[in-house]
Amino acid sequence: MSKRRILALFGDFAEAHDAIADIRRNEVPGITVDDITMKSPIEHPEVEEVLGDRPVHIQKFTLFGAIFGLIFGFLFLASAQATFLVQPQGGKAVIPLPANFVLVYEMLIFFAVWMTFLSFLFLSGLFKKRSRLYSEKVSLDQVGLMLEIDDRVAEPLRDLFKKHKVLEIREEVIQ
Amino acid sequence: MYGETTMMVNEKDINEQIAWAKINTDVLRSMENPRKSYWVAVAVCLAMVATAVLAEYIQYTVGMGVSNLNNPHMWDLYIATFVFWIGMSHSGTLLSAILHLLHADWRKPIYRFAEAMTTFSLLTAGLFPIIHLGRVWNMYWVLPYVSDRGIWPNFRSPLVWDAFAISTYLSASMLFLFIGMIPDLAICRDNTTGWRKKLYTALSLGWEGNDRQWRNFRKIYLLMACFLIPLAVSVHSIVSADFAMSIMPGWHITSFPPYFVAGALYSGCAAIITLFIMLRYFFRFEEYMTLPIMEKLAKLTFAIAMVWTYLNLIEFASVWYGHDMYNKELLIAKATGPYAWIFWSMLFFGSVVPFTLAFRKMRRHMPTMFVVSILLNIGMFFERWMIVAPTLSLSHEPWQWDVMWGSIIEWALVFGSFGWFGLLFLVFVKVFPCVSMYEVKEMVFHRSMSAGERDVLRMTDHAKPAKQTPGVEGA
Repeated sequence: MSKRRILALFGDFAEAHDAIADIRRNEVPGITVDDITMKSPIEHPEVEEVLGDRPVHIQKFTLFGAIFGLIFGFLFLASAQATFLVQPQGGKAVIPLPANFVLVYEMLIFFAVWMTFLSFLFLSGLFKKRSRLYSEKVSLDQVGLMLEIDDRVAEPLRDLFKKHKVLEIREEVIQ
Repeated sequence: MYGETTMMVNEKDINEQIAWAKINTDVLRSMENPRKSYWVAVAVCLAMVATAVLAEYIQYTVGMGVSNLNNPHMWDLYIATFVFWIGMSHSGTLLSAILHLLHADWRKPIYRFAEAMTTFSLLTAGLFPIIHLGRVWNMYWVLPYVSDRGIWPNFRSPLVWDAFAISTYLSASMLFLFIGMIPDLAICRDNTTGWRKKLYTALSLGWEGNDRQWRNFRKIYLLMACFLIPLAVSVHSIVSADFAMSIMPGWHITSFPPYFVAGALYSGCAAIITLFIMLRYFFRFEEYMTLPIMEKLAKLTFAIAMVWTYLNLIEFASVWYGHDMYNKELLIAKATGPYAWIFWSMLFFGSVVPFTLAFRKMRRHMPTMFVVSILLNIGMFFERWMIVAPTLSLSHEPWQWDVMWGSIIEWALVFGSFGWFGLLFLVFVKVFPCVSMYEVKEMVFHRSMSAGERDVLRMTDHAKPAKQTPGVEGA
């Protein structure tokens, strides 16, 4: 059984929602809502309601970055300060804690922000080659639903999309 | 009268009927086809930068003497200007991060250029410690790196904290700006050709607008905003610590960190108004940079102006009733001495002129707002000057007393920094979309939704029958 990728473009969220609702109701056997990738020109306002909860893990990396910045920052500063033992300290501490609190605060944010950014690049699936079905209309004013399906369900799926006033359907055979 | 009131209440920040395709077209067109006045502004900025380069060349070849900097005025306009530009950088954080967390969606058409202001202000501020060094070839000495040449960074010094805080703020604000632009860069990628297409293809990182990307995007934008706010507060608090942690009269003041942060937000907001008006004109953005948004911006600026005024009064009162002889004499000298005209101008521009923003007619009159925003920023520049110069002129010991006025070289470099900032900004708004297309679409979408125009909105007026595109079938 060959597989194909199908992209359906809708004029608004409402029609795309309705199509997803039908898929959720099992109107096309063999396809579930988890198979759907929704593409839209703006952040979808109620994406969780439509597609269900799909986890986002960026905040875990942020937390890791923040903790790393906190610990590494202090160790880095303390070790740098310790190498300056020969510097006259005038009786003051070699590792000044109040000053280090300020600096570690900055390091915490620095690493948290960078870790957040890098995790975003990784977790969002960026840097991938764009799908051949990519439509520029998705960045303009249309909503796309993309699925990878078996050939046998292609026709019922097309019919379902047409029922919901699909504007355009694009397809490619992937195996 | 009744009709007029109704009109005022119902006036919308943006036309909710605007077609999404038009938003793309208008913004993309702005990057190709600004008014001629845009090029005039670029030419003026270039001339200002050229003046600064000449001044720096003279200072570099002749020495720091040409700047008039000497004991006790080892700091003066250069550091005042540094503080000014650091303050200016808070505009983007305020407008983008704080208002994002507060769900103030009127920020959406204007936050992009405010974020760009943040980045370019920091890049401009970063020039001044280098210029101030005199020996610019040793500029890397300002970084607190471990050295084997006997240079011992003093970790107790706020100047070292500055290096940490500003570099963190610069990298975080650049990331914030970049992340916010990714969906728009994808739009640019899809609608341009030639070098622009190559640039946007590389920078959009393969963005497709799928739900996975949008979910992660929403999360990262929120997280970055949450980090940027405390970071921005810490940056200007640390800059204030450059002064407040010394024991010099006029500097050793507890309220300096909030005073600096309020001043930073104030000058940033005023600068946003200036650039708002310029961009609105250059790029014909009347539909996006609307009068109601300008009004909100003006009200915000007015509120911050009052906070700044209050903090000034607190400072004066605590000095006056504190009976610290040196501090009190300095305050009297500021008000009556050689710097008095600057001091009173600062108070006039910073505390009196903002009252024009209390009047609706003024807030809606672009030429007036342009002039007022410039005056506010002159006031804020004077504020930074009045923090630095009088203290150095009237220190604890009479033999340290000396009034110094900046030389023409110093002023040329200060003047040139505005050209440098302006040039970076103008190049940015020509190459990148300065109105966030996807956020304006979101704004239009959500506002229409809340107006109950349709359950889940129709974004286009497509009513075409379904068609199947066979072109890629079996490809």
